[in-house]
Amino acid sequence: MTSNYMTGAEAVIKALVDNGVEVIFGYPGGAVLPLYDALFENKKIKHILVRHEQAAVHAAEGYARSTGKVGCVLVTSGPGATNAITGLTDALMDSVPVICLSGQVPTHLIGTDAFQEADTVGISRPCTKHNYLVKNADKLCEIIHKSFEIASSGRPGPVLIDLPKDIQLTNVKYINKTQKIKKHNHYYSNVDEDLINKVAKLLLQSERPIIYAGGGVVNSGPKASKLLTELVNLLDCPVTLTLMGLGCVPNTNKNFLGMLGMHGTYEANLAMHNCDVMLNVGARFDDRVTGRLNAFAPNSKKVHIDVDKSSINKVVSVDYGIVGDCKEILSVLVQEVKKLHNQKVLKSKTTWWSKINKWKEKDSLGFKQIGNNIKPQQAIKSLYEKTKKFDTYITTEVGQHQMWAAQYFGFSKPNHWMTSGGLGTMGYGLPSSVGVQIAHPKSLVIDISGEASFLMNMQELSTIVQYKLPIKIFILNNEWMGMVRQWQELNHGSRYSESYTSSLPDFVKLAESFGINGLRVDNINNLEATIDEMININGPVIADIRVEKEENCFPMIPSGAAHNEMILSSDDNVKDTSNEGLALV
Amino acid sequence: MSVYQKNELEEDETSRTLSLIVDNQPGTLARVIGLFSGRGYNIESLNVTEIDKIRNLSRISLVTRGTSMTIEQIKSQLLRIIPVHIVRDLTLEGPFIKSELALVKLVVKGANRVEALRIAETFRARTLDVTLSSFVFELTGKPSKLDAFINLMRSLGDTEVSRTGVSAISRGDKTETKLLDQI
Repeated sequence: MTSNYMTGAEAVIKALVDNGVEVIFGYPGGAVLPLYDALFENKKIKHILVRHEQAAVHAAEGYARSTGKVGCVLVTSGPGATNAITGLTDALMDSVPVICLSGQVPTHLIGTDAFQEADTVGISRPCTKHNYLVKNADKLCEIIHKSFEIASSGRPGPVLIDLPKDIQLTNVKYINKTQKIKKHNHYYSNVDEDLINKVAKLLLQSERPIIYAGGGVVNSGPKASKLLTELVNLLDCPVTLTLMGLGCVPNTNKNFLGMLGMHGTYEANLAMHNCDVMLNVGARFDDRVTGRLNAFAPNSKKVHIDVDKSSINKVVSVDYGIVGDCKEILSVLVQEVKKLHNQKVLKSKTTWWSKINKWKEKDSLGFKQIGNNIKPQQAIKSLYEKTKKFDTYITTEVGQHQMWAAQYFGFSKPNHWMTSGGLGTMGYGLPSSVGVQIAHPKSLVIDISGEASFLMNMQELSTIVQYKLPIKIFILNNEWMGMVRQWQELNHGSRYSESYTSSLPDFVKLAESFGINGLRVDNINNLEATIDEMININGPVIADIRVEKEENCFPMIPSGAAHNEMILSSDDNVKDTSNEGLALV
Repeated sequence: MSVYQKNELEEDETSRTLSLIVDNQPGTLARVIGLFSGRGYNIESLNVTEIDKIRNLSRISLVTRGTSMTIEQIKSQLLRIIPVHIVRDLTLEGPFIKSELALVKLVVKGANRVEALRIAETFRARTLDVTLSSFVFELTGKPSKLDAFINLMRSLGDTEVSRTGVSAISRGDKTETKLLDQI
C-alpha cells in the first residue's frame, strides 16, 4: 500500500484530521514550512493565522472551552515556541485540552545553538501535561494519536509535540489511530458505590449543606452540569460556583448564591463558612476561593469529587475524597440521593435558608449608579440585560472588569464563559474570543476587557478583521490597571506606582484604522443605546466604555482574611491587612 | 506560620523511601526532579538505573522527607507524570531493605595506612585500588554505616567520595511482576 507512505508533515496533518481537528491556530516560520506546505493542499483543516503565538494558544483554549473539543496550535521553533509558553501554562492551570505542534531544528542540529533553536521540551516540561520531542519518524503517528488521548482524558491539559524539520520531511508509513489507545494508568473513575452512598446520606442528613462546584464540572461535559443542577434541586441546598465553574448551574436557579471567593457574594462566602457539610465537585480549593485556610469552613465535613487524585487533600484535608469524572460520580450520587429521598430522610433546611436569606439582604453586589458617570458594574449589568436573549459567549481579560463580569453577567449554560482563572493572564480574552467565534460563527461573542489587558494582545484585531469575525470588544476603560490600583489603595497607602495606563490610543480611531467600527460612551444615559448599536453592527466592534475611574471591586475578602471577614465596600471599617496578608498575591 | 499554610495537624516530618517504575527515556528523570524542585519537596537520595531492557523500564529509588499529607501529595503528583507507571511507598508497605554503595579514595602515608586498612576490614570494605600514597575502598550497606566509615576515613587524610544513593527493595516474597505486566 504505497498510499500509506507520505512525508512526516503530511502524516502529522492526516493524524490531526483523524483525531477530529477542524481548525488549527498558528503562525508559520522556518522550522514548520513542511507542515505549512502539507496544510496548503489540505481541505479538511482550516488554518487561522494569528498575529502572535501566545494568541494562538489562547484562541485554541477559547475554541476548546466553548466546544469541549481539543484545541490545536501550530508554531515554529525558537521564538514561536517560547511565545506559546504563556498560553500553555494558562491551559495547564485551567485544565484546557490543547495540542501544540512546534517546529524544531533538524535532529542533527539539536544542541548546536542553531538558528531559532530552543530547548522547547525542556522549557515546556513544567507547563504542559506532557510533551514529546519526535526523534524517530516511525513513532510520529503513534505520538500524535497518544497526545490527543493525554490532552483530553482525566484532567485535561496541554500537550506539546516538538517536530524537528527533518522528521517533517522524512518518508513515513502512516499508522491509523487504533480503536483503543491504552489509557494512562492513573486516570480512572473510582465509582465506589458504598462511599457514594455514605456521602448521599451525609448530604441528606445535613442541616446546613452547601455545594461548591468548579471547572471540573464544565470539563466533564454538559451532562455533568445537568446532573449537578438535578442534585441541587433534589437536596434543595445552596450552591455556589467558582470563577471557572460559572454556568454549570443556571444563574436563574433559586438555590444559586453566586460566585464565591475573594470577590464572591457575601451569602456564598458566609454559607461556606457556616456550613456543616460541603460537597466540592470539580474544584480545587484554590487560594482565591478559600481565603485563610485555618479559618476555612471550620465546622464542616468536607467531600471532594475530583478527577485528579492530587487535587484531593492538596491544601484542604477532606473527610471523603472521591476520585473520578464528575458526570460518572454525580450520576451515581443522584441515584443514591433519589433512593434515600423516598425514605424521607431529608432534613428540613428552613433555618439554613432563612440564615442565607438574611445574608442575601446585605445585597453585597449592590452599587449606586448616581450622576452621569458610568459605573462599571452598571455597564456589565446592562450588557447582560441586552444580550440575554442571544446565545452569548463571554471571554474576559484579567482584572477588575473580569470580576465585575463574573459578578454581574449571568450564565445559564456551561461553556459560555471563557476566562483565565488559574494563571490570571492579561491579554487572554481577545485571542480567546477569536477561537470562540471560529467555533460558533453564528453566536454573539463578546470580549469583556479592560484597556490595559486589551493592549497586551491587541495585535489580534488584525486576525479578527482578516477572518471577518463579528467579535464585540467591550472595554471597561478606567485608564488604570484597576486591580493593581485597588490593591495599592487598600494595601499600599494609595501609592499608585506605575498603575496608570497613560498614552492610551483613541480606541475609536484604532478600530477605524483596522476598518471596523469603534464606539465610545461616557454618559450613563447613552450606555444602553451604545450597547444596542454594538450588538446590531454586523461585524467586529470596539466599544470604549468610559467608566468611573476609581471604582473598586467589592465585595472582597482581603488577602490573608477568612470568608467571614469580607469587606462590602470602601466605607467598611477595614482592618489593616496583616503582615502575612501583604505577602500574598 | 503563613496564613495560607496547609490546614494539617502539627505532625513531624518523616523520611520515606519511594520506589518508582518509569519509562527509560530521555526526560523522564527531568520530569521527576522538576516536580520536586518546582513544588518545593525534598530529595534526600536518588538512584536511577534501567532494570528491564525488554520493556525499557527504569527504577528510581528516592528518599524524601515530609508530613504524611505532603508525602501523599508527592505520590499523587508523581503518578500524574505520564512515563511514571508505578509509585510504591516502601516505608508504608512494610519491612524493606535500603542499601547504598560508596567508593572512597583516601590519600594517606605512614602509620595511618595500617589504621585505614584495619578500619576497612572492620567495615568489610573492599580495597579496589592501592598506591604507595592512597587507597580506594568500596563499601556497601545502610547509609548510616557509609557515613560512619567516611567520617573515619576523613580523619586519616584527604578523601574523595562517590556514593550511589539509596537503592531499596521490599522484604519477603512479594514482587512487582504482575504490576509490570499491566504496563
